[in-house]
Amino acid sequence: MKVSLKWLQEYVDVVLPAADLAGRLTMAGSEVKGIQVTGGWENIVVGQITAINPHPNADRLRLTTIDLGSEQHTVVCGAPNLNCGDKVAFAYINAQLTDPHSGKLFRLKPAKIRGVASDGMACSERELGISDNHEEIMILPDEAPLGMPLADYLGDSIFDLDITPNRPDCLSVIGIARETAALTGQGLHIAEVEYEEAEVSIDRQVSVEIDAPDLCPRYCASLIEGIRLAPSPPWLQQRLISYGIRPINNIVDITNYVMLEYGQPLHAFDYERLRGKKIIVRRADAGEVIVTLDDVERTLSSDMLVIADEERAVAIAGVMGGANSEVAGVTGSILLEAAGFNPASIHHTGDALRLPSEARMRFERGISPELALPALRRATQLIIQLAGGKAAQGLIDVYPGKRERLPIRLTIGMVERLLGVAFNLDRIVGALTSLGFDCEVTASEVRVTPPYWRSDISLAVDLIEEVARTLGYDKIPAAMLSQPLPRHSPEPVLDLKRRVRQSLTGYGFQEVITYSLTSLEKLGKLLPGTGEVRPVPLRMANPMTADQEYLRPNLRPSLLVALEANRRHESGGIKLFELGKVYLPRPNDLPGEPEVLCGILSGPRQERSWLGDSEPVDFFDARGVVEGLLDRLGIDADFKEGSDKGLHPRRQVSIVIAGSNAGIIGEVHSRVVEAFEISEPVYLFEIDLAACLPFTANCKAFQPVPRFPAMVRDIALVVSSGVTHQRVRDIVKSFPLAARVEIFDVYAGEQVPEGKKSLAYRITFQSPTHTLTDEEVNGVQRQILDRLSSELGASLRS
Amino acid sequence: MLQQLEELKLNALQELGSIGSPGELEDWRVRYLGKKSELSMLLRRLAALPLEERKAVGTLANELKAHLEDSRRQKELALQELAASAREEALDITLPGRPVPTGRLHPLTQTLDEICDIFVSMGFQVVEGPEVEWDYYNFEALNIPGEHPARDNMATLWVDFEAENGERPMLLRTHTTSVTARIIEGATPPIRAVEPGKVYRYEASDATHVPMFHQIDGIAVDKGITMADLKGTLYEFARRFFGEDRKVRFRCDYFPFVEPGVEMAIECSVCGGEGCRLCGGSGWIEILGAGMTHPEVLRRGGIDPEVYSSFAFGMGIDRLPMLRYGIDDIRLLYGSDLRFLRQF
Ligand SMILES: [Zn+2]
Repeated sequence: MKVSLKWLQEYVDVVLPAADLAGRLTMAGSEVKGIQVTGGWENIVVGQITAINPHPNADRLRLTTIDLGSEQHTVVCGAPNLNCGDKVAFAYINAQLTDPHSGKLFRLKPAKIRGVASDGMACSERELGISDNHEEIMILPDEAPLGMPLADYLGDSIFDLDITPNRPDCLSVIGIARETAALTGQGLHIAEVEYEEAEVSIDRQVSVEIDAPDLCPRYCASLIEGIRLAPSPPWLQQRLISYGIRPINNIVDITNYVMLEYGQPLHAFDYERLRGKKIIVRRADAGEVIVTLDDVERTLSSDMLVIADEERAVAIAGVMGGANSEVAGVTGSILLEAAGFNPASIHHTGDALRLPSEARMRFERGISPELALPALRRATQLIIQLAGGKAAQGLIDVYPGKRERLPIRLTIGMVERLLGVAFNLDRIVGALTSLGFDCEVTASEVRVTPPYWRSDISLAVDLIEEVARTLGYDKIPAAMLSQPLPRHSPEPVLDLKRRVRQSLTGYGFQEVITYSLTSLEKLGKLLPGTGEVRPVPLRMANPMTADQEYLRPNLRPSLLVALEANRRHESGGIKLFELGKVYLPRPNDLPGEPEVLCGILSGPRQERSWLGDSEPVDFFDARGVVEGLLDRLGIDADFKEGSDKGLHPRRQVSIVIAGSNAGIIGEVHSRVVEAFEISEPVYLFEIDLAACLPFTANCKAFQPVPRFPAMVRDIALVVSSGVTHQRVRDIVKSFPLAARVEIFDVYAGEQVPEGKKSLAYRITFQSPTHTLTDEEVNGVQRQILDRLSSELGASLRS
Repeated sequence: MLQQLEELKLNALQELGSIGSPGELEDWRVRYLGKKSELSMLLRRLAALPLEERKAVGTLANELKAHLEDSRRQKELALQELAASAREEALDITLPGRPVPTGRLHPLTQTLDEICDIFVSMGFQVVEGPEVEWDYYNFEALNIPGEHPARDNMATLWVDFEAENGERPMLLRTHTTSVTARIIEGATPPIRAVEPGKVYRYEASDATHVPMFHQIDGIAVDKGITMADLKGTLYEFARRFFGEDRKVRFRCDYFPFVEPGVEMAIECSVCGGEGCRLCGGSGWIEILGAGMTHPEVLRRGGIDPEVYSSFAFGMGIDRLPMLRYGIDDIRLLYGSDLRFLRQF
């Protein structure tokens, strides 16, 4: 919200420089985001046009004589809008102005225009930097004093304030004046509102009935007869313009002005057009139609509140007036409304009709219904002053929602308990009093009644914040928590996640973080068969874009997209991983959110270097990463044939930990790779961290270092090509003395019969209890070979 | 005879000096020390000489032979060293080394780890909660009922979901404060926790907005916790994260779940408080919101605000690496571009 310093000064003495005041307001909760200084004009004064003569050499130019009070100047002028008697801003030679075309500042130089010397100029708003208007010379109000520097007459500082949603009272000049007064120790001076009333009582001319007191706690109105609709005086127009509000006519402008001044929205009805001379505040009928002031026909629903006369709705309460009751005639009577409305209802209605407005914003934030009457009286006074007319006697005030405000109990101890600093009673009471709170001090406590405009205060903690922010948050000391430490029980998954991330970066993988939302289309690309994603992932009810409609059930699409995007500028190996949640729908509950690690790799195994090129990565690189990671985490895993549809059917293996599935390793299916517009093989691994978690506990028993020497034997087997390494290994490992089994060669081709392959193993025999003899090892080796031969048909390679 | 020996020595040593390869050295050895060398011949002829002369010449000739043999050996070593050093010079030590794999943690991970470590060292525990959340924990439990204006500032992504009872709206959490609500509900004081994680807003992407970003919230509940403790804790955090010399500002602000409410800002690093584009001319950069947990929020979670007091805070994470590294577009953080990510 904007506040003009000049306007503010009408209610409070500003004793600080603007920047310091802005600092105080900011620290106390109303952030000043910027101060716009208008003015700073040098060598520009108020002048009056006393004569306009034709230019001797040009039809479109005129010679204008400008009186500055003590001197007169003749300037050449091309603008069409000047008349004798107009007050203008006169710039002396050397004045600094804005170039209307380039927008840059320049100094006015003496000039001859078509042979006539011009010793100064009359400025447009654009040249003064006030607005973009360069069509016309700016005309100043008649009361502008001749010869007065323009900076003194028009200069101002406009504060741009960010008002927090709890302080609708600060959405007004008076509200900020109250804050300023409290924060700077100055008094407020708000003039009494007085005006003359006619003989006839308002009650005899109009009646008000509230049918929906839950949505309208209060409705006040005044009636003013015999007004003259006209443009507002320039000072009023100027003020509205500086707030970005377009002046319309004196009545509408005054309602806007009082809204800015007091924070209470008002609405004026044409009294003549109110049928039955009756106001009924009621819920709209379903489908009820009203044409609003912006000439749009709007269909209402039954949860919206309208202001109606006896026959029809004449306004959407708190949101926008109806065209059917707009003040139209040049003279006439108006009914002026100031009411309190339910914030939620206004919010809902405004949202449904997509009608944002200054009035709506104030109602939504819950301005106090108490504000209605003082604001109504102020607006009535201004209308009588500026539009003539006479107010009917009395006001209408229907107030079904009036609530007694009970005092709130506050003690020094309560303040100290929350703030950690002991303020004495005088300072506490002083702070609250300066903000308009009524403090009744007893022996043991203060009974505090908030002022009517503070709808946000209901608890002692609210009062404590008032005390703290008025005295200054900088008065609160900084202390360290001195209580005993709470019991420490860290979530083990956090440690696991850190270790996994550290390991993967160590293996050369770059971590990425991508959006959790994706599209069904991308997920479908992962399934080369049907493309049908089952189960259907969680969908957003209001997605931002079609690309971000579903919560991802796996991390694959974003990694494949990232690979494709990076491949455009990266010719080396790409290894990426993401560790994040996936979202698995559950009936009638929040989704499961397991943490999943997903990694992909493609391209050369090693960075290209002068030491030689490298082969492209393959399945065993992916498997190696997983084995290395699990080994590092201390997890024993089995690997079984996998059946993931998105992976190459014969190049994938599922990771099994303690009998249950914990992830997958494989080559991404060529059709999936194609669907993501990637033109190279991609290998992928996926691990469910929850499946790993129970087996990562750091409590494994220590294994003694072997005390007796090991004996190493190499054997080369010939087996059918269908026999897997795992089957051989399992058999060898089943002999306790075979402490380690390593495969060091796999070969098929010459010297090995068709349909067979050779597998070479190094077996390390070791006993924890004694030194093995040759005979002993020979015996075990024979048994091993016997079993390999009988179960797998293996023979020793000669 | 003696003169002949003198000459021989002179010639042999002179020749040896100019030898540059092992082959030449071998030729030289044959010529001067070989069986058919002048010296060997001479020694063989010694017997024919008179005794006196034989003695004198013999001694000299043997000395010469030993000397030449010695010189040869030295030359041989010198040649070997030469050859070795020639081999070493062949290594161009300016060539780059054999590449080892390097991967990096995402800058947001690094930042979150750093922040969590600071709070853990102050006795806080790291807790995570669901990203898909009930309206209750994201709003209701935090004093933000249905039509509260604070909801307008947190445009929400709603999940297309209808429970059997038709109610219980489900959403993507708009702040990690939802985890605070869950902690308050589930635990008995004393509590000290920080809650990092992803949050979501219905917001179009641009250089300063993305629909998903990161936050960390924190809560402490115990007897006798005051706003001074909040200030001390957050100042300590700021000191450690931003450095000793950064000025910190504590001002009044409003959040529905705290009272009194606080906004903490640090001095702008670009302009040093003078005001610039980055800080919007204020000289300060807002870092976090905080305050004393609202008694209604505690009560709703089953904690008696008359017995316990509590502070809470929450901050956006993405801005921190952006400030630290001068990153001017938040979308880079979620773009997976290796040219960007490899810089951290
Ligand atoms: Zn700055």
